[in-house]
Amino acid sequence: MIIIKDLHKSYPMGKDSLHVLKGLNLEIKEGEFVSIMGSSGSGKSTLLNIIGLLDTHDKGEYFLNGQLIENLDEKKAAILRNKFLGFVFQSFNLITYKNALENVALPLYYKGIGRKERQKTAMEYLDKVGLTDWANHLPSELSGGQKQRVAIARALVTNPKVVLADEPTGALDSTTSHSVMELLKEINREGMTVVVITHEEDIAHETDRIIRLLDGVITSDERTKKVKV
Amino acid sequence: MFDLDRWREIFQTLSKNKLRTILSGFTIAFAILLFTLLFGIGNGLKHSFEREFAGDAQNSVYIRSGRTTKPYKGLQSGRKIQFKNDDTYFINKEFEDKIQFFSPNIERRNVQAVYKGEQNRYTVRGVYPDYQPLESAVIQDGRFLSVLDLKKRAKVIAIGRLVEKDLFGELSAMGKNINLDGISYKVIGVFNDPGGDGDERHIYTPFTTAQGMYRNNDEIDRFGLTYNPKLSVDESLAFTNLLTKLLKEKHNIDPRDQSALRVQNYAEGTKQVQAIMMALNVIILFIGIGTLIAGVIGISNIMVYIVKERTKEFGIRKAIGATPKSIIGMIMLESIFVTAIAGYAGLLIGVFILKAIGDSLEKYFIVNPSVETYVVVGATIILIIAGTIAGYIPAKRAARIKPIEALNDE
Repeated sequence: MIIIKDLHKSYPMGKDSLHVLKGLNLEIKEGEFVSIMGSSGSGKSTLLNIIGLLDTHDKGEYFLNGQLIENLDEKKAAILRNKFLGFVFQSFNLITYKNALENVALPLYYKGIGRKERQKTAMEYLDKVGLTDWANHLPSELSGGQKQRVAIARALVTNPKVVLADEPTGALDSTTSHSVMELLKEINREGMTVVVITHEEDIAHETDRIIRLLDGVITSDERTKKVKV
Repeated sequence: MFDLDRWREIFQTLSKNKLRTILSGFTIAFAILLFTLLFGIGNGLKHSFEREFAGDAQNSVYIRSGRTTKPYKGLQSGRKIQFKNDDTYFINKEFEDKIQFFSPNIERRNVQAVYKGEQNRYTVRGVYPDYQPLESAVIQDGRFLSVLDLKKRAKVIAIGRLVEKDLFGELSAMGKNINLDGISYKVIGVFNDPGGDGDERHIYTPFTTAQGMYRNNDEIDRFGLTYNPKLSVDESLAFTNLLTKLLKEKHNIDPRDQSALRVQNYAEGTKQVQAIMMALNVIILFIGIGTLIAGVIGISNIMVYIVKERTKEFGIRKAIGATPKSIIGMIMLESIFVTAIAGYAGLLIGVFILKAIGDSLEKYFIVNPSVETYVVVGATIILIIAGTIAGYIPAKRAARIKPIEALNDE
């Protein structure tokens, strides 16, 4: 699903540049549940942004779903994101003036799907995250865990190939974090590739594979010993 | 262009962000409202000026005679200067190429006019047919005096609108006979005169008829003429100076004698009126442009602010599949929609206010304050374009920014 070869990325910092990713090699197969760990500044968010086509890489090769990603303009990137990727962010990133249902339906709008069908599909996914009763509430009326569930429903609604979650539990308490991870696990069980970025060990251990990053290189890549249910 | 879903999305954004929508709408509506009001009042001032000075043809010249105040060539002062018919031929001959309309004039004041028991006193003037454009008189019924009337010394008259009203009430005076100091004249025309009530209480009769009736010699009271409108103000003043000089020579008047012969050129007044009108036009233009600039700056600021405020939202939209084009399109359509609606509202309110208060402003020298539709529509379009450009530049930047940067924008 995701193949990365010798990936480099640096950010210009005044006259110098900050070399964030220093030749990463990584392969994530379809249906995997992977976490990427590292302290802040290790390059984990940068890696996720590149995988998520939110940012571009400088050097190396990146295949998404067998397609080589290069010279993407914004338009192509937007279409690929819409088609293949779903995002879950630490700060939820819901649109504040849209209710839960409308937030979930928005990716379908950009996919060009009709209004009735958008509503129907969005409702199905809200049901899946257990928020049917909250469909008409604004994000400000929802708890943190509920907001993240809405965000997950939004990430799933286009039926993407990969769900990318950047510190999905970073803003949640431990009980809520656990339930959000349970939800991601369930999605994974249904066959979705899920990549989670986190700096919390216990969150990482809920996934099947932990990739550790330090200063822009992968230091370890191991399967968790946890037995798959 | 028309995509129901797209509009639905825009309406939702606008209605869910009421403060923002009202703020930008208000700026536009207020700018257009001010523009309409100020422009309308400026136009009202202009109208009242035009009305004030519209009495006579702007290029008219009147020649009058008086008594000499200086001895000249052995002639004593205090001598009465009297125009005669040969002066008519002289002026016609010397200045044929400069003159547009020309009429000698015999005037009799306080003539008793009687029609079937109704009577009143009016000024009767004997004139040429050319006198009509001189006075800017407009024929309302029938016709003005003709050359044939002059030749026949016909006892016909053209009367002012108010003469008809005084003597005939609501009835038509056309073809009726009015008795002027005991002699019957047939009404061949009724005119109105933008110069006002005084000019509409005049009676005109053929010059020859009047000369025969009131003078019985070849004397003339005064001349009226209009010069070729192609002459510039300075050329016209040169023309009247020469006319004065030649007439003074002809009548043996000291060139420095100011009261024996007076040539009154409206151009001097016209020059001032034109200068004032010009100044008014400049002021109106200045007001208009100033209001527009204020509006443009206002809407630009708001658009820049709105786009900045929404950077994160655009980042979210891009992350879930919005193309840059769709982001720009959304901002543009929103801004055009708001400015168009608000601009139209401002225009309607402004026109309504002008209509409502228009008449009550007459005592402040403002007549019929109004704005040409194309001016306001043009102003609204300028503001829409300004709002669009003001929205486009930050929208483009917002659309181009990497989604990750937009997402991190707080």
